[in-house]
Amino acid sequence: MSMTDEAPRLIERPVAAGDPSAAPGTPSVATERDVVFRSEDVNVYYGSFRAVRDVTFDVRKNQIMALIGPSGCGKSTVLRCYNRMNDLIKDARVTGTITYRGTNLYDERVDPVEVRRRIGMVFQKPNPFPKSIYDNVAYGPRVAGQKKGLDEIVENSLRKAALWEEVSDRLKDSALGLSGGQQQRLCIARAIAVGPDVLLMDEPCSALDPIATAHIEDLMQEIKQDYTIMIVTHNMQQAARVSDTTAFFTADVRSENDTRTGILVEVDATQKIFSNPSDERTENYVTGRFG
Amino acid sequence: MISRLSDDRSRAAIAASIERRRVDTRGLLFRTLLQSCLLITLALLAVLLITVALDSTDQLGTRLWEFLQGTLRSRSEDERLGIHQGMYGSLWIAIIVAVLAFPIGIGAAVYLEEYAPRNRFTAFIEVNIRNLAGVPSVVYGLLGLALLLNGQIFGLDRLTGGSSALSGGITLAILVLPIVVITSGEAFRAVPIELREGAYGVGATRWEMIRTQVLPYAAPGILTGTLLSMARAVGEAAPLILVGAISGRLGDNPGLFDISALTDRFTALPIVITTWTVQSGRDVGFTAAAAAAIVVLLVFVLMMNSAAILLRNRFEKKRG
Repeated sequence: MSMTDEAPRLIERPVAAGDPSAAPGTPSVATERDVVFRSEDVNVYYGSFRAVRDVTFDVRKNQIMALIGPSGCGKSTVLRCYNRMNDLIKDARVTGTITYRGTNLYDERVDPVEVRRRIGMVFQKPNPFPKSIYDNVAYGPRVAGQKKGLDEIVENSLRKAALWEEVSDRLKDSALGLSGGQQQRLCIARAIAVGPDVLLMDEPCSALDPIATAHIEDLMQEIKQDYTIMIVTHNMQQAARVSDTTAFFTADVRSENDTRTGILVEVDATQKIFSNPSDERTENYVTGRFG
Repeated sequence: MISRLSDDRSRAAIAASIERRRVDTRGLLFRTLLQSCLLITLALLAVLLITVALDSTDQLGTRLWEFLQGTLRSRSEDERLGIHQGMYGSLWIAIIVAVLAFPIGIGAAVYLEEYAPRNRFTAFIEVNIRNLAGVPSVVYGLLGLALLLNGQIFGLDRLTGGSSALSGGITLAILVLPIVVITSGEAFRAVPIELREGAYGVGATRWEMIRTQVLPYAAPGILTGTLLSMARAVGEAAPLILVGAISGRLGDNPGLFDISALTDRFTALPIVITTWTVQSGRDVGFTAAAAAAIVVLLVFVLMMNSAAILLRNRFEKKRG
């Protein structure tokens, strides 16, 4: 395992997906330059059922934002709002506003496909395509229409994902032959290859062993200088270790009809959330008294 | 010492309590019953295949090439007797089914599974497609008769030339269409959600996701389904009788790949088999001829199934 001797830093962003200011939609609010996402009163509904209520927070550039909370509190649902992944779920509806660098993500002129090229995603279960390692990483650039310079993109992305050393001699082998941790880093390389601005990570380490988890966490620290990262995690230590800001969610359970709605309890600097939270529910959770 | 003694005693007691004491008669009986079920199946198949193979030697053993080249005759001793016209009909019916039913059926399945909204209307359509797959084949023959021969709708009879291999092929394509839609749809549904999300996650459009993930992943399943439906089409006799496959006095004996004969009078292997079996009542020699035709049809179907298995294994290897 060569995490350290191959410092993945010198690489420039492989694909420039266009100037953000050229994206459609009107800048609705004047924002500070380094606010990547601004969410205001975001609600997510599945049909008539409200899964998440009134989420408001900002995500800043080159920061790692962790979303934590007990199961069923809507963390993943919230995360999937930021690259329009919830569009794929029938009956899912998002209200409120989420702006990405000043542009409303849910403006009807916004193309979700373009959004996903700029806001990449890494999923809970490593999901490499049943193709070669090379084709996995080249997939995104290829569907974006790129034909030249793929070798370079693949190498750069794999280097950034700290996987190049392990796979450079077998790029044509099936990605399914990699270990779980390698597969997840491959998925990170695949997400990086399209040159995104933000990475959304939905419990990326929940299927990995501690060593592979440490790899991914180191990797996040390395790449945060280039990307803004939002990570959902079940693991509080992980949130404490890797993130700059933490948002704590909990579920508002209504026993009369057995439904639960996710609510945002508080957002603050990670250190404060874990040492001196303002809300009692957060304190109970992070000290292990609840959830 | 005392404790040792009691230890030994309890050890013996445990040994005795877990000792096998009775024969599990019921279990044995059940197992035997299952085995005999398998045996009956195999025996029936073996009897069928062996009788057919033995019967066929009169034709296949002595004059294989002449039999494959020959045509329909009224007497079994006729040295020009053979199944060439039947092979021509069956081959082209298979080709027409592949050309018509596969793309249309797979296309319909892609739309239903990947594009169509899930509502009562599409659920209704799906149930009906399933029902259509269970409709007796004679009914499809009637449809072919009305649509392609009598020209009741669109005057399609002018295109097909009435009773022709083309009409037969189209009728059987309609017959297997629901099966193709159902089996392909099931193959699409088996594509893991993770692959779909992965593709969308890096900015694939729906079409790109379907082309690069869904279709390759579902290919083995689609292939198995479509080729099984093909085997079904090639074995059908009833619908062909209704669209006018004939059993005697066919005009020319076209070469296997003579497209111009597609709109002429035609026959097919199942029809030939049926006719000769009926005729064996007055002319015993036709028994051997019918058996030989069955062997040829079986080989035909077997070849298609082997091709399907080979292709499926290749696709499956690819998807890892």
